[in-house]
Amino acid sequence: MTTKRIAVVSAGLSQPSSTRLLADRLAGATVERLAHEGIEADVTTIELRDIAQDVTNNLLTGFASPKLDAVLTTITESDGLIAVTPIFTTSYSGLFKSFVDIVDNQALKDLPVLMGATGGTARHSLALEYAMRPLFTYLHAVVTPTSVFAASEDWGGGADEVRSLPDRIVRAATEFAALVRSSERRAPSRDPFAAYASGLGGFQPE
Amino acid sequence: MTGSQAVQFGIFTVSDITQDPTTGRTPTERERIQAVLTIAKHSEEVGLDVFALGEHHNPPFFSSSPTTTLAYIAAQTERLILSTATTLITTNDPVKIAEDYAMLQHVADGRVDLTLGRGNTGPVYPWFGQDIRQGIPLAIENYALLHRLWREEFVDWSGKFRTPLQGFQSTPRPLDGVPPFVWHGSIRSPEIAEQAAFYGDGFFANNIFWPKEHYQRLIDFYRQRFEHYGHGTAAQAIVGLGGQVFMRANSQDAVDEFRPYFDNAPVYGHGPSLEEFTAQTPLTVGSPQEVIDRYAAMRHHFGDYQRQLFLMDHAGLPLKTVLEQLDILGSEVVPVLRREFAKDRPAEVPDAPTHQNLLEKAQLAPQVRQAGAGLETAAKGA
Repeated sequence: MTTKRIAVVSAGLSQPSSTRLLADRLAGATVERLAHEGIEADVTTIELRDIAQDVTNNLLTGFASPKLDAVLTTITESDGLIAVTPIFTTSYSGLFKSFVDIVDNQALKDLPVLMGATGGTARHSLALEYAMRPLFTYLHAVVTPTSVFAASEDWGGGADEVRSLPDRIVRAATEFAALVRSSERRAPSRDPFAAYASGLGGFQPE
Repeated sequence: MTGSQAVQFGIFTVSDITQDPTTGRTPTERERIQAVLTIAKHSEEVGLDVFALGEHHNPPFFSSSPTTTLAYIAAQTERLILSTATTLITTNDPVKIAEDYAMLQHVADGRVDLTLGRGNTGPVYPWFGQDIRQGIPLAIENYALLHRLWREEFVDWSGKFRTPLQGFQSTPRPLDGVPPFVWHGSIRSPEIAEQAAFYGDGFFANNIFWPKEHYQRLIDFYRQRFEHYGHGTAAQAIVGLGGQVFMRANSQDAVDEFRPYFDNAPVYGHGPSLEEFTAQTPLTVGSPQEVIDRYAAMRHHFGDYQRQLFLMDHAGLPLKTVLEQLDILGSEVVPVLRREFAKDRPAEVPDAPTHQNLLEKAQLAPQVRQAGAGLETAAKGA
């Protein structure tokens, strides 16, 4: 049985958070879809709140603490990334963007990504499309056509009953699982020397 | 003239003019420049070997003209080697570097070497008409020209980044025909380690801002490539390291006194705590013995090396404090480190480069070639 490594990043700030709840639901549906295809999923969930101080320090000093470094390795070497953020003031949260700014701009190349977001009302749902999708496109990740937005009302009464949150989650997870299964991505090395040495053709001074 | 040392110890300064966070006072340019001259002279008085000065072209730094400053210090000292940390190989004209540092070599009677770097201030590139995206190609082409200007009497040159030269002779010629020793400084680029290895030059890692594991990787790579290019074994590559310390007899006094300077330091202030930063980087704040323990271990992490420089005078530390730090460094730390570094140092590891030992090597070289030719003749005869 093949195993795929799924990294889940949740940028929710409260504990417990509805952002984490959505991330867990997306991860759960993905695991189920992959199992259906005979693929085992190894899921690692990262709460950015737990490394918020490390993220800020990295922005200021230019290097990652051992804890943050391990997270960056997990994401770079994953076979698929589920990224979920709360929508604040029309866009992804500042903590989420600060974290993405630290990730090497080649690290997510060709990586299947499933995006999710949470917010108070469904009026914020398009932030996924005008803010978050361009971010991952810039990083050359492969994003599923369906992204999932969960408003507060989606968790109870008043939710969309025609295309419910569970329906949207299953649809997105199905697309994501298919990308993960068929992806031929080779994770880039986080070691710049290994990358450089592999292309060594002799030094040309002039 | 400086005698040969296995390892040279010294200080390097970035020349920042920073407010003292404990008094709120910022020194004037005049005060800070005079303070750095005093610090340089005192580094010789306490028995250090090297003083290295940065190059910047924007406030809060004063050092836009390192050779002027170093020439003055050369006239005020007798043994001290004057160096840079770093000289911008990307935005300076390599012709002017060739001229300035050869001239400095003459007035300082050979007590000169330099460390080339790409700088860390983006706008310097456009200020000097260059493009930051060409940083590495500039460093490579400019050094290729500089290297020739010091070794060939008349140079024909055309390249991508500067106007061509026909039969150009850089003057004055290097002292005794021996170009100043060159260190290549980098904190992240394998290309620069490769460049240093290609020429058989030294490699300097500032070893200040990031965990030592990162610099270990960089230096290990340089050593391997040095051997690859046939300049000697990996152990014979010429390595320099930076470092950063603050000391008081009582460890807790050092921490208490240094903390406000750390917390407000321009580069890492308001970020990680002093405790996190000292755990994750070579910064050591404590007793002289703690500094000795941490830095005596560096040769085990990086292999036996040739130069250890310390950053001692930044972040608004007052002159009086810096001079006291130099006293401790020179009397209590460096003599012990010299003994520690000498223990079991393999005979094949070269001494730190000086004008004198480079001159001896240059004078020896033709004899080696002749001896080689003799052997060849003997072999034919047999």
